[in-house]
Amino acid sequence: MNNNWSWETFMDALPFVLQGLWITVSLTITCYLFALLLGFVWTFLRKVPNKFFNWVVTWVMEFIRSTPPLVQLFFLFYAWPMIPGIGVTLSPFTSAVLGLGIHFSTYIGEIYRSGIESIDKGQWEASKALNFSTIDKWRKIILPQAIPPTIPMLGNYFIIMFKEVPLASTITVAGIMLMANSYGAQNWSYLEPLTIVGIIFLVLSYPSAVLIKKLEVKMNARFDKNAAIK
Amino acid sequence: MFNLEFYSEPKPKLEGVIIMNAIIEIFPQLARGLHVTITVLLASAILAYLMAFIAGLCRLSGNIIIRKFTGFYVEVFRGTSLIVQLFWLYYAIPMLFGIQLGSNWWTGVIAIGLNYGAYLSEVVRGSILSVAQGQSEAATALNMSRFQRMRLVIFPQAVRMMLPEFGNYTIQMLKGTSLVSLIGMTDILYYGDILRSSNLSQAPIVYLLVLVFYFILALPLIWLTRKGEHISKKGVANG
Repeated sequence: MNNNWSWETFMDALPFVLQGLWITVSLTITCYLFALLLGFVWTFLRKVPNKFFNWVVTWVMEFIRSTPPLVQLFFLFYAWPMIPGIGVTLSPFTSAVLGLGIHFSTYIGEIYRSGIESIDKGQWEASKALNFSTIDKWRKIILPQAIPPTIPMLGNYFIIMFKEVPLASTITVAGIMLMANSYGAQNWSYLEPLTIVGIIFLVLSYPSAVLIKKLEVKMNARFDKNAAIK
Repeated sequence: MFNLEFYSEPKPKLEGVIIMNAIIEIFPQLARGLHVTITVLLASAILAYLMAFIAGLCRLSGNIIIRKFTGFYVEVFRGTSLIVQLFWLYYAIPMLFGIQLGSNWWTGVIAIGLNYGAYLSEVVRGSILSVAQGQSEAATALNMSRFQRMRLVIFPQAVRMMLPEFGNYTIQMLKGTSLVSLIGMTDILYYGDILRSSNLSQAPIVYLLVLVFYFILALPLIWLTRKGEHISKKGVANG
């Protein structure tokens, strides 16, 4: 193996690795949107007024959350097509969207729940007193108040997800991670392309993290103002 | 192919027996990787906790160089992903430092430990900062030194607040240990992959069992996290 750091290799690997950037970014966005949607499903499943059902949903969420996303990806990619009856072959991209999307939807569902639980009891009672239908109650009273405060937390999960996306390289999604590994395999020097991957992640995720921190401060300030008015 | 035909036959009892036999066969195979997963988890957790307290306290230090240096460490490890760090260290350690660690075990432990140490250092820092200012002032009024103030007044209150997050990140670390199979460590997932490649139709049961294995390992951690949440809330006045 090449034993010295070389800027020549670095510059040579840069365009090659960058080829995967679009896949990485689009996979992150698709996974995230899927997780945002599925998060709602979890939240409403937990609202079903049946103790046993609730218990099952809680533990299914716990199971998904506390087992490695890597194994979940392998399950979807390698094992799902082998299940008799319901198995279909999934493309690497679809497996990654499903796997990471389902994994993170359990976290996002919890965020929604915390947002909904933070709504004052009076709001629920008021919507009942004003004879709102269930749909209107959620659409016009609860969700508009519950979702905005959770936006910084949801933003954090976008960054977290971006950092989990390179896991998809293990099921052959050709993002920057896979590009770096295949450059390494072709040229027998892994350190430079992997450093590029690290730099790309840092360059994209650090400013977003700073931005979300600012958003959080702004949101908190708005909250306090509301509290003062109340 | 033979197995697939077997499965699709409408004989639920027979199918159940086959699955049971497969489970009995697969379980001990996967258990061979158990000690690698557990030792990597324990060692990286110890390293991460250590790094968390060192880096967390250093970021509160009065010395700007120490503060900036630890800030750099924390942001680099939080800003990139674990899998990238793992592979990077795997190739970089022998190359940059001219040493062989002797085993991939250490590479895995260092990557996971440094990564989650960076995340946890933010927890440590946040908890210490969130101890009310009045506590620190009261301690100063009682003529305590800076070290006494931290050790006797602030730290005991901050540690309680850290417990739930430490629990959560330990579960994350358990999930992270599955990555060491990618650098050739023989953990649970590694044996799962071997079993899958030896019999493709077995893949669903194999990976499901791998997931169950990790879940069983996570259960005590989940319990401890809940316990930690309870302790952190108990008997503390707000504000």
